[in-house]
Amino acid sequence: MYELAYDLIIILLKIFAILIPLMTAVAYLTYAERRLIGFMQVRIGPNRVGFFGFRMFGLGQPIADAVKLMFKEIVMPAEANRYLFVIAPILAIAPALAAWAVVPFGDGLVLADINAGLLYILALTSLGVYGVIIAGWASNSKYAFLGAMRSAAQIVSYEIAMGFALVGVLMAAHSLNLREIVLQQSGGFWHWYWLPLLPLFMVYLISGVAETNRAPFDVAEGESEIVAGFHVEYSGMLFAVFFLAEYANIILISMLTVLMFWGGWLSPFEGIPLLGAATAWIPGIFWLVMKTFFFMFCFLWFRATFPRYRYDQIMRLGWKVLIPVTIVWLVVLAVAIVAKLPPWFG
Amino acid sequence: MPELRNLTLNFGPQHPAAHGVLRLILEMDGEVIQRADPHIGLLHRATEKLAESKPYNQSIGYMDRLDYMSMMCNEHCYVMAIEKLLGVTVPERAQYIRVMYDEITRILNHLLWLGTHALDVGAMTIFLYAFRERETLIDAYEAVSGSRMHATYYRPGGVYRDLPDFMPQYQTGKFRTEKEASRLNENRQGSLLDYLEDFTDHFPGYVDEYETLLTDNRIWKQRLVDIAIVSPDEAKQLGFTGPMLRGSGIEWDLRKKQPYEVYERMDFDIPIGVNGDCYDRYLVRMEEMRQSNRIIRQCIEWLRENPGPVIAESHKFAPPKRADMKGDMEALIHHFKLFTEGFCLPEGEVYTGIEHPKGEFGIYLVSDGANKPYRVKIRAPGFAHLSTMNDMVKGHMLADVVTVIGTQDIVFGDVDR
Repeated sequence: MYELAYDLIIILLKIFAILIPLMTAVAYLTYAERRLIGFMQVRIGPNRVGFFGFRMFGLGQPIADAVKLMFKEIVMPAEANRYLFVIAPILAIAPALAAWAVVPFGDGLVLADINAGLLYILALTSLGVYGVIIAGWASNSKYAFLGAMRSAAQIVSYEIAMGFALVGVLMAAHSLNLREIVLQQSGGFWHWYWLPLLPLFMVYLISGVAETNRAPFDVAEGESEIVAGFHVEYSGMLFAVFFLAEYANIILISMLTVLMFWGGWLSPFEGIPLLGAATAWIPGIFWLVMKTFFFMFCFLWFRATFPRYRYDQIMRLGWKVLIPVTIVWLVVLAVAIVAKLPPWFG
Repeated sequence: MPELRNLTLNFGPQHPAAHGVLRLILEMDGEVIQRADPHIGLLHRATEKLAESKPYNQSIGYMDRLDYMSMMCNEHCYVMAIEKLLGVTVPERAQYIRVMYDEITRILNHLLWLGTHALDVGAMTIFLYAFRERETLIDAYEAVSGSRMHATYYRPGGVYRDLPDFMPQYQTGKFRTEKEASRLNENRQGSLLDYLEDFTDHFPGYVDEYETLLTDNRIWKQRLVDIAIVSPDEAKQLGFTGPMLRGSGIEWDLRKKQPYEVYERMDFDIPIGVNGDCYDRYLVRMEEMRQSNRIIRQCIEWLRENPGPVIAESHKFAPPKRADMKGDMEALIHHFKLFTEGFCLPEGEVYTGIEHPKGEFGIYLVSDGANKPYRVKIRAPGFAHLSTMNDMVKGHMLADVVTVIGTQDIVFGDVDR
């Protein structure tokens, strides 16, 4: 009995150990986005709100935003379905957080080291779309409805390409366990899967951007077309939850890209005679975070650079380009694995 | 089986892509537009009626507020109508100043068009880059007229005053250090002409910058190419003018075909499109910015070498100098009469059209010999363009509606007047 309670407490502590840094990261990703895009657009970005009277480059901004959103009224549209309206943001954020259960932050640093990790991730990231669809439906607004329809079609199509890209990883690593996948890549920079799986990596990254509804695939929100898409009727904390889910998903997708294609927590200098030994003391989580930062930066960079695709063009890209590319590369990969192509499959 | 109906979407007037107060009733089959019905009039300020109730010289300011993105061009057309009916000749220097400011206005307008068009299509960075350059030109507006937007700089008979010999400087203060101020003041050391020349040196480079981000961008091309194709015949029938007409491949530019002021002495080219789609209209406007830059340079060169009066000498319609009023009874009377009663135009009617950044902007003026116009009719290019909305977007998708609004370069000040 006590043992059970003890286990429960340990698990809860682990969850907090993941969630608190994650939520901080989400908050500061919004800050980083505004600052970075600000610099790209020759303006300054938020630099006023600080702590205790010190400005500190506006680092207090995300906290202030969160507090503001918490105190704002949640406006419920007159004809909205009240239950679904409230459930939708929860459905959006729950999978975005739950997926972190199987993400390893280092060798053994994982909440649940399960063998079907990859499948679990695939299942949970697909669930996020229900939040969007239900939000669009429950709002009883034509704009929200259009956004939900777009989002549903988009995510269904990109899920396939994403799934195929992950099949490639599965074939290469012979495992669905994320820790195993990373360990299979050990041996240095050239052993990571980005090289043999380069097309799959590109497809995964593009689908990841599409999956999170970020520019240039942000048709579900489409600021200039359907105003804010599925969350046009949301305000206050309900809106904030959608917002958190989007950014948590960005971090998740970036980290998964790193784990599956860029060697996870492995050092890029591994196997290089002097440098490898000199940097061996650096903990793996440092490399993991640095690599993840790079992909998060890419998300922001895309947003500042690209125009938005049209809805039908996104579909065409998904079905006619990405899916054929992945299928062709799976065949190439299969041949390489059967031929035991070194250094990856030898 | 329930009856299937099209989705009717109320687009605007509060919509981020409505460019002000456009209200579109969109009838859609899924995302495909079946019918687009623009509703206008939400910014109607009765400018024509207001102009009819005031002396001629007091309505110039209303013209700024028509198309509030190309202020001086509107003024230009109005004062030209008055001058034509009065039969005055404008001093040559004033004509050059007007041409220069018309082209500055064209760049201002096209920069805003570029920024908002790109923003509608989803590329938001261009918007802020465009505003960076607009700031420089708006400062040039401010230097001659004291106002950043609504200048009222053109007057019947010339322009309000000569170009200043020095530029206003940034001051240091709580939020600006000495170093920042001197960096900002770097191009403001000489006269206005030096300031503008400095701008024209850099501007083609900036246009290249925009083009790097957009012209060959695959997504940008996918969103613009073959969208809202207008054939040359259709373009004429729909009453297109300006870049919209030239985008369809018709070489028509009032600056070349019916030159006014000193445009016939200017060396510039008219870009035209081939396919008549949104992408061609984009390319046409980008090239127009470069050509405007060329015209500004030629004007600067001439204006440097040729000082002279900038407003006609006759005090029947141009105010006397402030200094003269202090000692000269005649001047004081002229001033008083001019700013209370205004001046009378001979009986008759006149139409003037100019090549406004958006197309042909026209003023039709009927005078019954009084100090107020009997009737003013404003031909706004945006009105003709907006009325073709249904033809342009039919069969396209919802996202293309915002592309078309962008390519038409709609400003509600001049559609609703």
